[in-house]
Amino acid sequence: MEATLLPNPKDTNATILLMGLRRGGKSSICKVVFHNMQPLDTLYLESTSKPTTEQFSSLIDLSVMELPGQLNYFEPNYDSERLFSSIGALVYVIDSQDEYLNALTNLSMIIEFAYKVNPKINIEVLIHKIDGLSEDYRIDAQRDIMQRTGDELLDLGLEGVQVSFYLTSIFDHSIYEAFSRIVQKLIPELPSLENMLDNLVQHSSIDKVFLFDVNSKIYVATDSSPVDIQTYEVCAEFIDITIDLDDLYVENEESNRKQDSESVKELKSISHLSSGSILYLKQMIRGLALVAIIRNDDIRNSVNNNNNINSDFNDSNGEELLSSSSSNQDKSLTIIDYNVNLFKQSLMRMWENSRMVNQNDFSENSQQGEPQIYNVESNGAGTALFKDNNSHVPPMHN
Amino acid sequence: MSHSSRKKLLLMGRSGSGKSSMRSIIFSNYSAFDTRRLGATIDVEHSHLRFLGNMTLNLWDCGGQDVFMDNYFTNQKDHIFKMVQVLIHVFDVESKSINKDIEIFIKALTNLQKYSPGAKIFVLLHKMDLVQIDKREELFTIMMEKLQKISNPYQFKLIGFPTSIWDESLYKAWSQIVCSLIPNMNLFNNNLLKLNSILDSEEIILFEKTTFLVISSTASIQQQETTNEELDPKRFEKISNIIKTYKQSISKLRTNFNNLIIRGSGGSHFYIDILTDNMFIMIVLKDKSQLDSNNIQQHEELLILENIRAARKWFEKIENSGSNLQ
Repeated sequence: MEATLLPNPKDTNATILLMGLRRGGKSSICKVVFHNMQPLDTLYLESTSKPTTEQFSSLIDLSVMELPGQLNYFEPNYDSERLFSSIGALVYVIDSQDEYLNALTNLSMIIEFAYKVNPKINIEVLIHKIDGLSEDYRIDAQRDIMQRTGDELLDLGLEGVQVSFYLTSIFDHSIYEAFSRIVQKLIPELPSLENMLDNLVQHSSIDKVFLFDVNSKIYVATDSSPVDIQTYEVCAEFIDITIDLDDLYVENEESNRKQDSESVKELKSISHLSSGSILYLKQMIRGLALVAIIRNDDIRNSVNNNNNINSDFNDSNGEELLSSSSSNQDKSLTIIDYNVNLFKQSLMRMWENSRMVNQNDFSENSQQGEPQIYNVESNGAGTALFKDNNSHVPPMHN
Repeated sequence: MSHSSRKKLLLMGRSGSGKSSMRSIIFSNYSAFDTRRLGATIDVEHSHLRFLGNMTLNLWDCGGQDVFMDNYFTNQKDHIFKMVQVLIHVFDVESKSINKDIEIFIKALTNLQKYSPGAKIFVLLHKMDLVQIDKREELFTIMMEKLQKISNPYQFKLIGFPTSIWDESLYKAWSQIVCSLIPNMNLFNNNLLKLNSILDSEEIILFEKTTFLVISSTASIQQQETTNEELDPKRFEKISNIIKTYKQSISKLRTNFNNLIIRGSGGSHFYIDILTDNMFIMIVLKDKSQLDSNNIQQHEELLILENIRAARKWFEKIENSGSNLQ
C-alpha cells in the first residue's frame, strides 16, 4: 500500500482501468485510440466478455485494462481490492445517448470502493457518444451528470474526491484529447516536461508544440498555452501524412537490413505553409514525436512590406526583401533544429532517470533528476536565444 | 495572347452511379465522406476547371435520371454531343438493371459517333469497394470485354478502370483521363528525365496543383528498365490521396502549403515543392553518403530547393509553348 504514495511510474500508477456499463463504448474507444480502427468499423465489434489489456509504451509504460460491463466486481471471489490498489486511473464510460441513471449509481459504488482501497486513484468520467447529441444538449447532459454524481458522492460521504469529466466521441478528436489528459496525469515528470516545452516555445518562435505518441496520437505533453482542438488535429494529421509518405518508399528487405546494421534514422519533416507558418515534426525517443507550429513574424512583416514597396517602387526591391527573409527563415529553422535536439537529449536523460527511480530508492531520486535536466535545457536554450534574436534583428526594424 | 484550349468532357452514367461524387472529390477537394451530402444532379451541371493553367476542362456532369437522359438523346443531342473530346461513362458495379445501363451506353455511343467521332472513351466501373477483393479483377475483365464488344461497331476503343471513392483507384483513372488531353506530354517527359539525370534521384513525379493528379513521373517514362519493382505500384495514387488529405487538414488553419520536406527513416528524403503556378514536383532521393552531419543535410536541402527553382523556368516555358501550339 505504501508504494502507491510514491511517484514510481513502473509499478503502481501505470495502469488505466476502463470501466462502464455494457455497450457503453469501451471496446470501441480501445480499438480506435490504440489500434487505429476506423470509427465506423467499431459497429461490428463483439461484446467483450473477458478483461483485456492493451500495452501502450510511450515515455512511461502504460497498460489499459478493459473490464467488461456485465462483470460483477463485488463478488467475493473476484479480487477487486488488489485490482484497484494497483491502478493509477479509473476511467468510467457513460453512454450519453442512453438512460444514464443506472450508470451513475454504478459509478458512485465503484468510486466509493476504489477510493477506500486507493485514495490516490485518478477518477475520470467520459460522457461518451456525444456525436449524437445537439450542441446545447451536450452541455445540459454534462451539467446533469456532474450534478448527480456530486450528490451521490455527498450521500456516500465522499466529499473530497476529485472527479474529472470529459465529453467524448470516437468520431472526432475529443476522445484523443480526453485520453491525452488522462495519460498526462500519470506521468510523474509532466511538470518538468512542460517546463522544457515552454522553454523551447519561448526561444524558438514556436506557436504551439505537442509531444505526441505516434501510434495512438495521444499527446504526452504540450506547452502551457491553451490547446486549440483544430491545431491539435492538424498536428496529429501531419504525423499520419509524414508516416504514410515515408512508408511508400521503404523497401521491405532494405529496411530490415538497415535495422540490423545501424539504428534507423530519425524521421523529420518540415512543411512551409503559405500563411508563413511552418509545420515541424521530429522523431523523439520511444515512439514519441515532437510536432510544432512555428510562426514566422518576419515573413509576414516583409510580405506586408513587399506590398508597400510594390505600390511605391518596382518589383525587384520587393523580391530582394523576400529572399532575405527566406534566408532568415532558414537560419531560424537551424536554431530550432538545434533547440529541438537539445530537447531530445534532455528527454533521453529524463527517461533514463525515471528508470533509475524504479531500481533505487525512489522517493529521493525522483527529485534529483529534474533540476539537472532543467539546467541543461535552460543553458542550451539561452545561447540559442541569443542567436535567434540576432537573426530577427533586421526585420524588426521595419 | 495565348488563347486557352478548351476541352469538353462528358460525364455520363445512370442516376446514382457516383458521377457527381467523383467530380467533387477530384476537383472540389471533397473527402469521400463529404459526398454523402450531395443530392441528385438536375439536368447538366457545367464546371469549368483550369488545368495546367492554359487548359480549360469543361466538365459536363449529366444528371442520370431517365427524364434528363431521354432529353439528352432527343432534343438536346447536338448540343450535348458536339465537340466532345472525352466521354467518361460511369457504371455502378452493383447496379440492379445492367440492361438499362448498357442501353444508355449504346445510345451515347451512337450519338457520339455521329457528332464527334474522334472522342476518347473512358469507362469507369465504379463502387468497386462493394465487390469482394478476390473477385474484383475477374469482374472487371468480364465487364470490359462485354462493353468493348458492344462498342466495336461504333469504332471506339474503350479504356476502362475499376474505381472507388474509398481508395486511390479514382486518382489513377482521372490522372490518365486528364493526361490524355495534354498536348505536349513528350516535352514534359524529356525535361523530367533531364532533371532526373542532374539530381540523380530515385524518382521524380509531377502533380497538377489543384487536383494533385499525376501528370508525369520518371518511373512511368522509363518503363522498360523497370527500375524499382519492389516499390508499391499504386504509390502515385496514394501520394495524391495523402497530399489531398494534407491539404484538407491544413485548411483548418485557413492556409495552404508551399512545400513539404521529409527526411525519412529509411534513408530516403522527400521534397514536395511548387514547380510552376500549375504544378507541384515531388523528388525522392536516397541517402548515398554515409555522412550524417546536420550541416551537410542542410546544404543538400538548400541545393535541391535551388535546383527546383532553376527547373521552374524550363517547365514554365513548356506550359506556355503548349498554349501556343493550340
